[in-house]
Amino acid sequence: MNIYVLLKKTFDTEEKIVVTNGRIEDDGAEFIINPYDEYAVEEAIKQRDEHGGEVTVVTIGDEDSEKQLRTALAMGADKAVLINTEEDLEDGDAFTTTKILEAFFEDKEADLILAGNVAIDEASGQVGPRLAERLGINYVTTITSLEIDGDTAKIDKDVEGDVEKIETSLPLLVTCQQGLNEPRYPSLPGIMKAKKKPLEELEIDDLDLDEDELEPKTKTVDIFLPPEKEAGRVLEGELEDQVKELVSLLRNEAKVL
Amino acid sequence: MSEKILVIGESRDGVLRNVTFEAIAAAKKIKSDAEVVGVLCGNENLESQGQEMVYYGADRVVTVKDDKLASYTSEGYGQAVLAVIEGENPYGIVMGHTAIGKDLTPKIASKLESGLISDAVDIDVDGDEVVFTRPIYSGKAFEKKVVAEGLVFATIRPNNIPSLERDETRTGDVQEKIVEISDLRTVIKEVLRKATDGVDLSEAKVVIAGGRGVKSADGFKPLYELAEVLGGAVGASRGACDADYCDYSLQIGQTGKVVTPDLYIAVGISGAIQHLAGMSNSKVIVAINKDPEANIFNVADYGIVGDLFEIVPILTEEIKKLKA
Repeated sequence: MNIYVLLKKTFDTEEKIVVTNGRIEDDGAEFIINPYDEYAVEEAIKQRDEHGGEVTVVTIGDEDSEKQLRTALAMGADKAVLINTEEDLEDGDAFTTTKILEAFFEDKEADLILAGNVAIDEASGQVGPRLAERLGINYVTTITSLEIDGDTAKIDKDVEGDVEKIETSLPLLVTCQQGLNEPRYPSLPGIMKAKKKPLEELEIDDLDLDEDELEPKTKTVDIFLPPEKEAGRVLEGELEDQVKELVSLLRNEAKVL
Repeated sequence: MSEKILVIGESRDGVLRNVTFEAIAAAKKIKSDAEVVGVLCGNENLESQGQEMVYYGADRVVTVKDDKLASYTSEGYGQAVLAVIEGENPYGIVMGHTAIGKDLTPKIASKLESGLISDAVDIDVDGDEVVFTRPIYSGKAFEKKVVAEGLVFATIRPNNIPSLERDETRTGDVQEKIVEISDLRTVIKEVLRKATDGVDLSEAKVVIAGGRGVKSADGFKPLYELAEVLGGAVGASRGACDADYCDYSLQIGQTGKVVTPDLYIAVGISGAIQHLAGMSNSKVIVAINKDPEANIFNVADYGIVGDLFEIVPILTEEIKKLKA
């Protein structure tokens, strides 16, 4: 099976966000594989081990993105592709990202493409379904189980807590939800091997795209932090009285009861 | 003629979801003089649901009825909605940022080669420009976003943009549009109901969330009882999900759901930064924790230090008395 994973690097979830002049500071920030994309990498490796074939991890980013690709290779992916847009594109959105991926996938004959259901930074959650639409293939989002048999895929899809049992066919794009699997940690031999695995670097010229085609449809005009919340009141006294006071505060002061 | 904004409606168990009405209000915020056209897909009750959308401010409603639309699939709904878009040629489209909204709108935007601003929590008009505010980094920050070119297409987060008052004197046409829906390649075989009751976590006005302090799956029982008297939903921290006290679908945080209810009660949750990202924009936060140093008290409006297994049942009783 010809399996691809769409991967994005994101800030480590421990990072505090610092905004200067309407931009997020990323100097010195720790980056990780977007947690939902980790499920996609893990699932890709499992499916390959079961059905044979090859796992290629694809990211759009800058030269630092190599680190997350190497991590995915160390987990067990076979090949990686970095589409480096650092010098060509200033801004992008889900539309431009999809356009680039569409060009990349044009001649790939992918059987299965896996992505995270959302990236925890910009959280548009659009690129997976957008790409499937451009490629004319089926897609299922927020999956928690995937069984492939020949050209048929049996899928559990999380729908706000309910589970839909879905049957569809390959070629297929899925986006991964928590609960799908437990992503493995790269092993030491895995890390050693990853250094020698192929990592191809492309620029948009290599995909026969030019900058004019990659004008974003949406634009960020400002970024700001929410107002700092002041610590509230910790109640005192007998527990029972505290609870009574709380109910009264919720009703009369906060007006939420 | 005024420009049109389509609002794609969504129902659950045959009842329109609130976010549909919020989306109508959002459409009016985007362009106050726009004609708001509701769009409904399904195989039954569309007439009465369309009427309901009119009561909430839609100028008219287009329905697409087909047995293949009985339950949502991106293929089926995609065909129906695209046919309506083609017929109406709208200025904008709004839908709820729900499981269906998240699944459907990128497909449509991609087909139309348009932008899509997802998960908006506020909309302002600045001259000719419509400015959408949306959370990024799970609410650790916000961005303001505008459409650079083409369709004004957005999904809105439930519970943030108030709907208009329901008004039965509002009138408008509800008309069926015939669309040929081709056979679907993706089939839903079965739906397993796991969500506890009608109150969806992301739409709930009240959320009771439990953490590691709840200690077991059984320990969540008092939280469910409290949620019931408050008409709320139960959520959990990652710690509680990882420990198998509850399903991952209940997880609130940077991974998991982001919620903004009117009232958030954090029970036995320490308040890791990843959890705070998922709930700190709630309107009122109550923390119940036995550790007075717990980080959750730094974002809580009201806090009680003590044993949750003592406090929660008393709270449930007090609220019952209040509601009686």
